[in-house]
Amino acid sequence: MVRVEFLGPIQKEPLELDITNLSQLAVILQKDSELAQWLQNSAVAVNDTLVASLNHVLKNGDKVSLLPPVCGG
Amino acid sequence: MLYLYEGALNVPAILKDWYEQESGSNYGAYIPFVGTVRSEDGIDGLSFDIYEPILKSWFRAWQERAKEKGAIIKMAHSRGDVMLHESSYIAAVFSPKRGVALELIDLFVEDFKASAPIWKYDLKEGKRVYALERSTAIQGSGILGVQK
Repeated sequence: MVRVEFLGPIQKEPLELDITNLSQLAVILQKDSELAQWLQNSAVAVNDTLVASLNHVLKNGDKVSLLPPVCGG
Repeated sequence: MLYLYEGALNVPAILKDWYEQESGSNYGAYIPFVGTVRSEDGIDGLSFDIYEPILKSWFRAWQERAKEKGAIIKMAHSRGDVMLHESSYIAAVFSPKRGVALELIDLFVEDFKASAPIWKYDLKEGKRVYALERSTAIQGSGILGVQK
């Protein structure tokens, strides 16, 4: 299973999903209308490293994080 | 040297601590930047969430970049609520000569604003409202929103 966490202002509980790449995650999350805005503007990290491709392979125990727009300071 | 605190920063104490930590390190320049919460748009203050694992790796990468120039970076940031005229952020560069420190503090703070995983909320009329319009999408954002 892959754990999916929603950080900062995305008010959503973590998910546990049986998926093997980020493309599958995109298909699942795009069905959730509440997430539509966040999918367009959030970065994605796998095991706390930012990734730039949907082809990224996921394995059992991986953690995927969604990071919406930031503003520190 | 990354320091996270609950609530407002004690600016004089932090600047003094950092000065004393490096007073014998032979740096010729100590350039701090202090960010203070200003009164605007009727806010009572700001509030912050931080995602520590990625903040730490982002900061480590910057420390390496500074090291190549013989410099070090220190940074302090608040979690939770920080009210008007209090401070939530301090960044400082120590370097042998001022030119490197002045250049690095600018680059570091700019990238901090664009990349550090920290989320800001306005505190207004008892509510905590995400400051979306003042926030920046991290480079590479939006891949999960691409329709196949």
